[in-house]
Amino acid sequence: MAKDLSVRIGSLELPNPLIAASGCFGYGLEYDEIVDLSALGGVCVKGLFMTEREGHPPPRIVETPAGMINAIGLQGIGVHRFVKEKLPLLRERGARVFVNVCGTTVDEYVEVSKVLSQAEGVSALELNISCPNIKEGGIQFGCSLVGTGAVVSAVRKATHLPVIPKLTPNVTDVPSFARAAEDAGADAVSLVNTFLAMAIDVETRRPTITNVLGGLSGPAIRPIAVRMVWECAQEVKIPIIGMGGITNARDTLEFMLAGATAVQIGTANFADPFVWSKVLAGLEDYLERHRIDRLSDLIGAFDPTPPKAVHA
Amino acid sequence: MPPIDVDATVIANRRLSRDYNVLTLSAAEVGARTRAGQFVMVRPAGMTETLLRRPFSIFEVVRDGHGTPTAITILNKRAGRTTNRLYEAEPGEHIACLGPLGRPFTPVAAPTEAVMVAGGVGLAPFATLAEALAGAGTPSTLFYGARSGQELFHLDFFERLGVTLVLATEDGSRGERGRVTQPLDRALAARTRGSTMIYACGPEPMLAAVAEVAGRHGQPCEVSVERTMGCGLGGCYSCVIKVKHGAEPAHFVRSCISGPVFDGAEIVWD
Ligand SMILES: Cc1cc2nc3c(=O)[nH]c(=O)nc-3n(C[C@H](O)[C@H](O)[C@H](O)COP(=O)(O)O)c2cc1C
Repeated sequence: MAKDLSVRIGSLELPNPLIAASGCFGYGLEYDEIVDLSALGGVCVKGLFMTEREGHPPPRIVETPAGMINAIGLQGIGVHRFVKEKLPLLRERGARVFVNVCGTTVDEYVEVSKVLSQAEGVSALELNISCPNIKEGGIQFGCSLVGTGAVVSAVRKATHLPVIPKLTPNVTDVPSFARAAEDAGADAVSLVNTFLAMAIDVETRRPTITNVLGGLSGPAIRPIAVRMVWECAQEVKIPIIGMGGITNARDTLEFMLAGATAVQIGTANFADPFVWSKVLAGLEDYLERHRIDRLSDLIGAFDPTPPKAVHA
Repeated sequence: MPPIDVDATVIANRRLSRDYNVLTLSAAEVGARTRAGQFVMVRPAGMTETLLRRPFSIFEVVRDGHGTPTAITILNKRAGRTTNRLYEAEPGEHIACLGPLGRPFTPVAAPTEAVMVAGGVGLAPFATLAEALAGAGTPSTLFYGARSGQELFHLDFFERLGVTLVLATEDGSRGERGRVTQPLDRALAARTRGSTMIYACGPEPMLAAVAEVAGRHGQPCEVSVERTMGCGLGGCYSCVIKVKHGAEPAHFVRSCISGPVFDGAEIVWD
């Protein structure tokens, strides 16, 4: 029997829980030739401000053990060009489009959200209040409970679309931020964005990337991200979109068991742009082996019973 | 044609020097789609120390007696973990190979003449380009610079195609001592008629110098750049380079999909 992989995020129904992570899939259309965009649960596009942004001078990435550090600096075409040039094509492809909304002020988040709400073809707004790589805005809001609440409630009033703030892991107590988001009217929360990090070239004694600091992603962060999702799942009722180092079906299931309704894949797509169909096949296989019909039955199904001591 | 991901087998590993080798990979389908100047993103199977793939120019498309592609080769120079591993690779090993990717060179036809300028491992895109040019009957010259004569490779390949060779080495052990842009500058100055298309690949300071020389002599120039790359498909915005196109303000573009081949006159060099 065909397995049901669909999940619901508020009013939004996705055919499966796999969403391309923001900043790791361009505007989606870059992958049009090799990935069926409509077969993904969703496509979350690169972060957008009102206007175009240059981003940081290269080099912008460095590989680190089981991960990478990036400081792209949110290079982007701005919301107007996105709506005009990219959105119609994404609609044509049948993609469920999540837009990563950026701002340097609360007003900018609201303005970008309004433009997207008036456009045809946006499924949800993911509020990027957690980018570690820009000086003004963004993470300033995501590192303050008041700021998080202010951005979420202002955008909530300005749109009919699902509002999904994306939380930073660079705070002591992520669940309190999930709670602030829920209280302010968020429909779901995404977590995590990247961990603030740094790598030095010891031969030259200089930074490895121009911005010196950047965000760590990839398998290196996965156990911390899983822990954060699990903690947040106990704190809030709204759905959680989990991410951080997912490379396969096992990792996806780990996040879902911890309480994530859907997941995003970022860094793993760089190494293997065909990861999507492989993860979906892996999920089907798991459901088959465990005789489960609906993937959504596994959301939060983590069993905290201590594991058996393993004998050699 | 869209790029494909081939689980390629290493057919041969020819070590050219202590740092350079040529790997033959069973990626015939990639070879069949390749145009000169394009690249592949590779990752040795089971390589756990690194996560991301690395970009390599497609060096040669290997063909059987009927001209059907059977494999591709890449020219590798040891520099880091992946390139070390590729230097050591044994026949039979698997290497994931995604491609062909990127914007190729624009081959010119006679009466325009072609000049290729290669620095070190920047030789890589010119074997396929030289074949394309020879196929079109375009007269071509290769200006090729390296650290020493021992690091000038595949000269017979280019000679067989009828390419004129002009060599330069840093230590003067072969060809002219010094930079390859010196003889290039003199050759362009000596020209009296017709037009020349210049293609360059190598370290960025060399590319900037070639673009300057080409501009000074009023000749067009295409350069192939290499920036730290994450995905090769335009997903990550890592490999950007600054270009200035017409009246537009200078801005960063992704060298994986807008390049790696650019109009040399449009690049804003660091
Ligand atoms: C190169 C790169 C660019 C990113 N750009 C954005 C962005 O524009 N907006 C955002 O909210 N997150 C951005 N992220 C964070 C990812 O969406 C994701 O939260 C993080 O990488 C963890 O997932 P992963 O380990 O699967 O990559 C970026 C990550 C990377 C590696």
